[in-house]
Amino acid sequence: MDKAKVLINRFGLPRIIIVAFLLVLLVMAVMLDIPLNNLISDALVRTGMNGILVLAMVPGILAGIGLNFGIPIGIVCGLLGGLIAIELDLYGFQALFTAVAISIPLSLVAGYFYGLLLNRVKGSEMTIATYVGFSIVSLMSIGWLVLPFTSEDMRWPIGTGLRTTITLQGRYERILNQWGSFDVFGVTIPTGLLLFMLFFCLLVWLFLRSKMGVAMIAAGDSPKFATASGINVNRMRVVGTMLSTALSAVGIVIYSQSFGFIQLYQAPMFMSFAAVAAILIGGASIKKANIANVLIGALLFQSLLVVSLPVANKVLEDVSSLAEIARIVISNGIILYALTQIGGGE
Amino acid sequence: MKTEHNNEHYVLDMRDIGKEYYGTRVLSGINLKLRPGEIHGVLGENGAGKSTLMNILFGMSVIHNTGGFEGKVYVDGEETFIESPVEAMYKGIGMVHQEFMLIPGYSITENIKLNREITTPGILSRVAGKKLETLNMEAMNKDARKALDKLGMNVEEWVKVAGLPVSYMQFVEIARELDKENLKVLVFDEPTAVLTESDADKLLESMRMIADSGIAILFITHRLDEVKRIADRITVLRDGQHVATKNIEDTDVFDMANLMVGREIKMDSAKSVSSEGKAVKMKIRDLYVDMPGELIKGVDLDIYEGEILGIGGLAGQGKIGLANGIMGLYNSEGKVEVDGQEVVLNNPEKALKQGLAFVSEDRRGIGLLLDTSIELNIAVTAMQMQEQFIKRVGPFTQKDNKRIREHALKMIKDLDIRCTGPQQITRRLSGGNQQKVCIARALTLNPKVLFVSEPTRGIDVGAKKLVLDTLLQLNKDYGMTIIMTSSELAELRMISHRIAIVNEGKLEGVLPPDASDVDFGLMMSGEYHKVKGKEVKTDG
Repeated sequence: MDKAKVLINRFGLPRIIIVAFLLVLLVMAVMLDIPLNNLISDALVRTGMNGILVLAMVPGILAGIGLNFGIPIGIVCGLLGGLIAIELDLYGFQALFTAVAISIPLSLVAGYFYGLLLNRVKGSEMTIATYVGFSIVSLMSIGWLVLPFTSEDMRWPIGTGLRTTITLQGRYERILNQWGSFDVFGVTIPTGLLLFMLFFCLLVWLFLRSKMGVAMIAAGDSPKFATASGINVNRMRVVGTMLSTALSAVGIVIYSQSFGFIQLYQAPMFMSFAAVAAILIGGASIKKANIANVLIGALLFQSLLVVSLPVANKVLEDVSSLAEIARIVISNGIILYALTQIGGGE
Repeated sequence: MKTEHNNEHYVLDMRDIGKEYYGTRVLSGINLKLRPGEIHGVLGENGAGKSTLMNILFGMSVIHNTGGFEGKVYVDGEETFIESPVEAMYKGIGMVHQEFMLIPGYSITENIKLNREITTPGILSRVAGKKLETLNMEAMNKDARKALDKLGMNVEEWVKVAGLPVSYMQFVEIARELDKENLKVLVFDEPTAVLTESDADKLLESMRMIADSGIAILFITHRLDEVKRIADRITVLRDGQHVATKNIEDTDVFDMANLMVGREIKMDSAKSVSSEGKAVKMKIRDLYVDMPGELIKGVDLDIYEGEILGIGGLAGQGKIGLANGIMGLYNSEGKVEVDGQEVVLNNPEKALKQGLAFVSEDRRGIGLLLDTSIELNIAVTAMQMQEQFIKRVGPFTQKDNKRIREHALKMIKDLDIRCTGPQQITRRLSGGNQQKVCIARALTLNPKVLFVSEPTRGIDVGAKKLVLDTLLQLNKDYGMTIIMTSSELAELRMISHRIAIVNEGKLEGVLPPDASDVDFGLMMSGEYHKVKGKEVKTDG
């Protein structure tokens, strides 16, 4: 009995509620004859494609800047990397890795300046970050129009600027998802995608155990303690911000390859909310986060979205106009619930 | 109920007052009687129970929320139970606060009359009640003027409080209390602490004037000469006990100092050790530290190799600022040398790397990562500053969990840290064990000089002894130079070889631990040199 209590406490009530909700949806899905194997495949893919974006929250939280609502900065850098890979007319893994390789230095530089900004607004990082995110998305909407890209695959056939969605078909669409993928009981396992995500989780895990990682966590946990231990708190916050930004840049490249499209203009506007919701559902708080929070959170949040939509569609079949509204209500509802869990698992 | 002195009339009579906070006795058997028109000094060190006594008098909620108090309070001979500060005000008891309770944006009149405004009915008030009556500024100004005149203040009553000099604010506070018609008792809590000498003189004069008008004054202070100058009688508290009540004629500054500090239980004080022939380990010259509330204004001090130097003094006098300043946590200026090497100030990293270590007085804020394991708490500073517990492959580093664990287990054993294991988070430890974790972290740095601030604050008696023994042992076994700052003189005398007393940001003097209570009392209240002049040597 006590042991069960301890286990429940460990896992946390919010997660139990979410899991229960998910199970109810799954039962409904079975009753409505929605094929489960497809749902599970989808959930795995979405977990993998969002995982690194969720992972990007971890260094921010641990460095003390809170939930990094400013990941659109990194996302924009990642998108640039993706576009440059197309501009260079690359294909396959070469294109994918070039995109990653270009986006990382770009995002590190952007993250550095963003970190300097956050050091000046201590205490209200999250509000500022949200608006920095909005601003950079809007600014880059102009950028997408004026940047000198020439590839016909990306430009509007008439007029100037880049298209809103650029297909990756034939270049590196789903290239990771398909790498080493196999079927079990009709469920497709996107091996490459999951491995890639886990590899980045491993990198972050290793970083957190390094000298600098320990210093960063101390700085985020208690700036006063860190200062008295000779740690440069501001520098550690910048490091955390740079890492978070770089991870979100890699995250969007992976997201795009799985999605099959690069989405420009307003698309990155609200992407931070999904990542924030996922890590909160995973049990993180604004002060504490770990890799397990990322994996559990990404899986639960994305599974909920994947399962709830077809169920809602089926239930509201006759009033098809409501299905889209139901989708928005559900996804924002989950985000809202996650934000109420901001205190974390304690 | 009348006592044997029934021919005497007391405006305030507190009988046999006692108070316990969560099983810790902070006051017992306090008797305080106030005659009308007298100035009664209440003396005591920090923690002697002065503020608790005042909290009881004013019916503060901290008293009622923690189980009330023992004993009885009589106002004008009538047994009274004061439930709240507002009630105290109605009973004619007022207070001039140490930190001014004034609204800067309001005029002097408005501050004096706040919540006791004189009003006349207006159009709105007929509909919406008394709260919306019109202010009668003219009558209010007149009252304020009267109160200010009583104090001999010629400032205009319509001036805004913001921007007034500190001494004026103090007088506005007093004027506000004087304006209360039935005022019988006025409490001054360390009123001269923030004033310059001439302003303090003025204040003392007006206190005398107020007393002469028949109001009894309770004067809480640690400035003995001021008490001697204006008080009629004194009451001395020590460790929550009523030590003495005397007429001012029957006592002098020495006697008061002795009563304030005096020890009842004889303890082993450390032997004073001659510092001759010992190498100077740390040299402090002309050090200024800008730590709010604990300013250091020019200190010169030598610390000898292998000694325990105690730093004492009353709260707010600067003793805490010394260690914080040298460790680079607050802005400081001056020159500090360790082993002949100059310490870079304002840079915690450099200070740590030069072999200084610090156990902060703010244990939970600065001393610990509360949600992190004991083992990492112990290791983290050494890991960052000295690359201990680090495995390195090229540019990549990983913490060495095995060595961290081994070291933590050793520390837990050596310092007897009571815990469920090295992975327990420090938030769940008791105060004494938290303190030991802090000490363990500092020791891991193998410091040349160890600063320890308030090592026993907020921990229980048994643990106190263990912590002090630990420090003593470190000093004996490893010859570690320790600088211990503490508000508790008794513990400084228990383990230090020399004790430096800081007063008003300056070094008042250095005493051996077996110096007399009078000397310590005088030094802590800054009277030593005034009283003893130059013929007494000040160095131990």
